Amino acid sequence: MAIDKATVAKIAHLARLEVPEEQQEHLAKELSGILGWVEQLGEVNTDAVEPLRSVMPITQDWRADEVTDGNRREDVLANAPAQQDGYFVVPKVVE
Amino acid sequence: MSWTIEGNTGTWEIVVGLEVHAQVSSQAKLFSGAATAYGAEPNTQVSPVDAGMPGMLPVVNAYCVEQAVRTGLGLKAEINKVSVFERKNYFYPDLPQGYQISQYQHPIVGKGELILDMPDGSQRPIGITRLHLEQDAGKSIHDQGHDTTLIDLNRSGVALMEIVSEPDIRDPEEAVLYMRKLRSILRYLGTCDGNMEEGSLRCDANVSVRKPGQPFGTRCEIKNVNSMRFVARAIEYEARRQVDILESGGVIEQETRLFDSVKGETRSMRSKEEAHDYRYFPDPDLLPLELPDDFVEKIRASLPELPDEKRARFMAEYGLSSYDAGVLVAERETSEYYEEAARHGDPKQAANWIITELFGRLNKAGMDITQSPISAANLGKLLGLIKDGTLSGRLAKDVFTIMFDTGDAPDKIVEERGMKQVTDTGAIEAIVDKLIADNPGQVATVQKNPKVAGWFTGQVMKATGGKANPGVVNEIVAKKLGI
Repeated sequence: MAIDKATVAKIAHLARLEVPEEQQEHLAKELSGILGWVEQLGEVNTDAVEPLRSVMPITQDWRADEVTDGNRREDVLANAPAQQDGYFVVPKVVE
Repeated sequence: MSWTIEGNTGTWEIVVGLEVHAQVSSQAKLFSGAATAYGAEPNTQVSPVDAGMPGMLPVVNAYCVEQAVRTGLGLKAEINKVSVFERKNYFYPDLPQGYQISQYQHPIVGKGELILDMPDGSQRPIGITRLHLEQDAGKSIHDQGHDTTLIDLNRSGVALMEIVSEPDIRDPEEAVLYMRKLRSILRYLGTCDGNMEEGSLRCDANVSVRKPGQPFGTRCEIKNVNSMRFVARAIEYEARRQVDILESGGVIEQETRLFDSVKGETRSMRSKEEAHDYRYFPDPDLLPLELPDDFVEKIRASLPELPDEKRARFMAEYGLSSYDAGVLVAERETSEYYEEAARHGDPKQAANWIITELFGRLNKAGMDITQSPISAANLGKLLGLIKDGTLSGRLAKDVFTIMFDTGDAPDKIVEERGMKQVTDTGAIEAIVDKLIADNPGQVATVQKNPKVAGWFTGQVMKATGGKANPGVVNEIVAKKLGI
């Protein structure tokens, strides 16, 4: 599967990454190369094979419905660029 | 029920499907141990998982899984023993992970059904497409500063059940009935408290219009219709907007719109360039959700009697009309109140007293049934006093009013205030004899026209302060006047 320049620009936007236009052509080539390499797996017939969810033969742990965390606002807000009255402050997101 | 819009080019019908987000009534969040209580100080119910801190791993809350299955069973739906949590990727400040953990291709609950109780007593099934578990996002507050938005992550990670209906709804009022019924089932099951004001139950409506018999039109999604009252209004406004566009030669753009309850209109919410592209993929932090062998059966065995079954039983056991039974089973507490009251008196009378007298008083006082000053047992006793002839219907209403105001038992009120019905024929006969002696003119009139004998009955009731038994009075008056 080949990735073109427009697709690079689109996924960069979706990931909120700034990719200058002069790099997009180069990235398209690199990503196409990676995908092509992975696509070799398509040569194996997997018709009757269930998707592998985990390499370990384990089942998922479930937690009990108990409150075990919280009341640590200072920790939660410690990395916030701005805060006010216990809230995170971000640039306005609606007009 | 058929609801249409008459346009310039002919008749249009609407096609509506609802997506309801119901918050699971759990103590802790879906994947973390932070609390879910409503109204806490901002960011005090947040764990590092909910804040999207790097390296934190989600662990699913067993209780939330159980409630999703329970709700699925209540909706007579297929339960999928294996379901998969996937990441729905988008950026928004109240979504610190940069993705919402949701279920997409493999939801925990598949197809089911919800029965609408129509006003004419008939029933109409609405298909349920699916129910899946997902995380709620945080809360954004936009109106506190002119160039800032405040974020509270207390809600981030709270467990939601998204319940999606088939596009089976054809009338704005059906959407309201659907919401009411769904809320009722959730509350019977105890899986969601159904509180719309606190956001525990939120509704998005997918609306399109078409000429009858034509394929579905392009739909718009109306977000966050947060009260029963607004569901019908938002759908109706949106349908008319779409008809106006189509009839003036335009096309409907598939988009998300927000209902503005103040203006009563919907408006576009997101610009077109931000078309949704969520790039779902299985969450590598979570293995597929596998339900143990007897998990579903254990929950099935613990299901309560649900509104549909209870309604059918009330009709069969108590001889209630479909409408009355429907009103009484809508809230579990009301149905329990009713059954307690009906044990002591006539079941149909009990239904009438609750629906007309008690609901009227409660509404006026702004109370619900659990706050009723009249206990179910006391209402039952009142019905018993009517049945054994102690109280006439009119006296019973007076006693009822005193019961509501004081919370006292009816027998105590009757005893203390001497409100017993007079059935002593001797006392009534004496009053009638005196009336006949004092009113020869009326006697002559009534003997000519027996239909106006009510005047005498009225006078007796007046003389006894309403305590005479009207049946006994009528009999005596007729006998004495020879009519």
